[in-house]
Amino acid sequence: MTYVKALRCRECGREYPQGPTHVCEFCFGPLEVAYDYQAIQRDISREAIAAGPGSIWRYQALLPVQRASQADLGAGWTPLIKANNLARALGLRELYLKNDCVNPTYSFKDRVVAVATAKALEFGFDTLACASTGNLAAAVSAQAAKAGLRAYVFIPADLEQGKIVGAAVYGATLVSVQGNYDQANRLASEVADRYGWAFVNINLRPYYAEGSKTLAFEVAEQLGWRVPDHVVVPIASGSLFTKIWKGWNELAEVGLLDGQRPRMTGAQAAGCSPVAAAFATGSWDIRPVKPWSIAKSLAIGNPADGHYALKVARESGGYIEMVQEQEIAQGVALLARTEGLFAETAAGVTVAALQQLATRGKIGCDEVTVAYITGNGLKTQEAIAEALAPALVVSPTLTSFEQALARQIPPSDRSREAGAKTHTRRESFQK
Amino acid sequence: MSSIVRIPTPLRKLTSGAREISVNSETVGACIAQLEARFPGLGERLCDERGELRRFINVYVNGEDVRFLAGLATPLCPGDEVYIVPAMAGG
Repeated sequence: MTYVKALRCRECGREYPQGPTHVCEFCFGPLEVAYDYQAIQRDISREAIAAGPGSIWRYQALLPVQRASQADLGAGWTPLIKANNLARALGLRELYLKNDCVNPTYSFKDRVVAVATAKALEFGFDTLACASTGNLAAAVSAQAAKAGLRAYVFIPADLEQGKIVGAAVYGATLVSVQGNYDQANRLASEVADRYGWAFVNINLRPYYAEGSKTLAFEVAEQLGWRVPDHVVVPIASGSLFTKIWKGWNELAEVGLLDGQRPRMTGAQAAGCSPVAAAFATGSWDIRPVKPWSIAKSLAIGNPADGHYALKVARESGGYIEMVQEQEIAQGVALLARTEGLFAETAAGVTVAALQQLATRGKIGCDEVTVAYITGNGLKTQEAIAEALAPALVVSPTLTSFEQALARQIPPSDRSREAGAKTHTRRESFQK
Repeated sequence: MSSIVRIPTPLRKLTSGAREISVNSETVGACIAQLEARFPGLGERLCDERGELRRFINVYVNGEDVRFLAGLATPLCPGDEVYIVPAMAGG
């Protein structure tokens, strides 16, 4: 059984029966899944969750589908890493990373697509589709393959090679749109209107978005049913950010937590920062932009949930940070070189934002902080490859190696370097 | 020759199912007023009490978001295509 009561309009509160629909017919506001929290509270417990599967489906009671589909890929229940080295580098006491790079298609999008696919099968669709900045395309394509559905994914033509290959390999039809994500998404919405396909981010959006709540549920459970003081989340459309917030609230609503909620801080890059810009000026209006950021997975110039993201940041006492484009690759490198975690450019934005928050005193050094690392670095190698040319180029002789080593490290430092960790490349990167 | 307004599914109940409506308007704002006159209720779906486009409504003229043009004052020429899209999640 599910505990879903209805789809409810976020703007006017009108309710609709469950179906493949995402917009209030009266006010055009977005629809959201509404649950019977009293019934959930009666049936849910920390013990029952702990006995559940090692995937997002351990929180089935708080998701809008009865069970994982037969074709489920097993998204979720990813590691929460205590990041002592990065914490030290940033001057923070207790920092954790939620590592969603290890999902089936290497990003958090597997969570949302798992829910959307189960719902698509329930509604009887034969085609799964989406508009995507890359990660969603891979998740939809892989899930469709496993579920035996046809798939069409609409992507901007200039995506990273890793994202294109990572979506195409599963057999979806890639529709490469000569334009940016917002244009691909507009085209997708026209297509959605004409073809009877399950567009996970359009007509299945209310269900799809619910999958992101599991990123709050898992962190709370992994911290021993505790809420962190501060979380940092990258922002593209703002959907992930607002659903993580919904997650904390629901845990309190059903009695699994005592009602504490973290400060919620969002991260955007200078090349696409409409939400951060509105936050900085105290405005509630998001002015759309034409993105030019290298963090392409965050390059949504017209963020559908931007307004709600502003509300969450302000209500929770958090911020929406904007970081410079050149800080993105540095953030990727800092994460890799402190924690051994190679994440994509969105994580570079998140880590750069963490650094900025710490430097400016916006994160208290005693705050328990969680940063969400949402996608794998192998997807966006172009963004960082240039800065990573081999340090030593040698012929295959020991002499050549030692000559090269001598050029790299002054003799006085060599014995120390031989015994200690090599920080040379990290330092050179940060210059 | 007039401009064409493409009506998305959630609004078609108000247009008796019509997908496309021809209008003769000089601006996007005038076009919405004309739609309201022909299909009462349509205007308030698109604009708030102040007459501004609702924040989760996107209006495009020939594929370009009117917020990058002149908003409701964006001029319409014969043959232009106007498309109305409710906000979408990302990506």
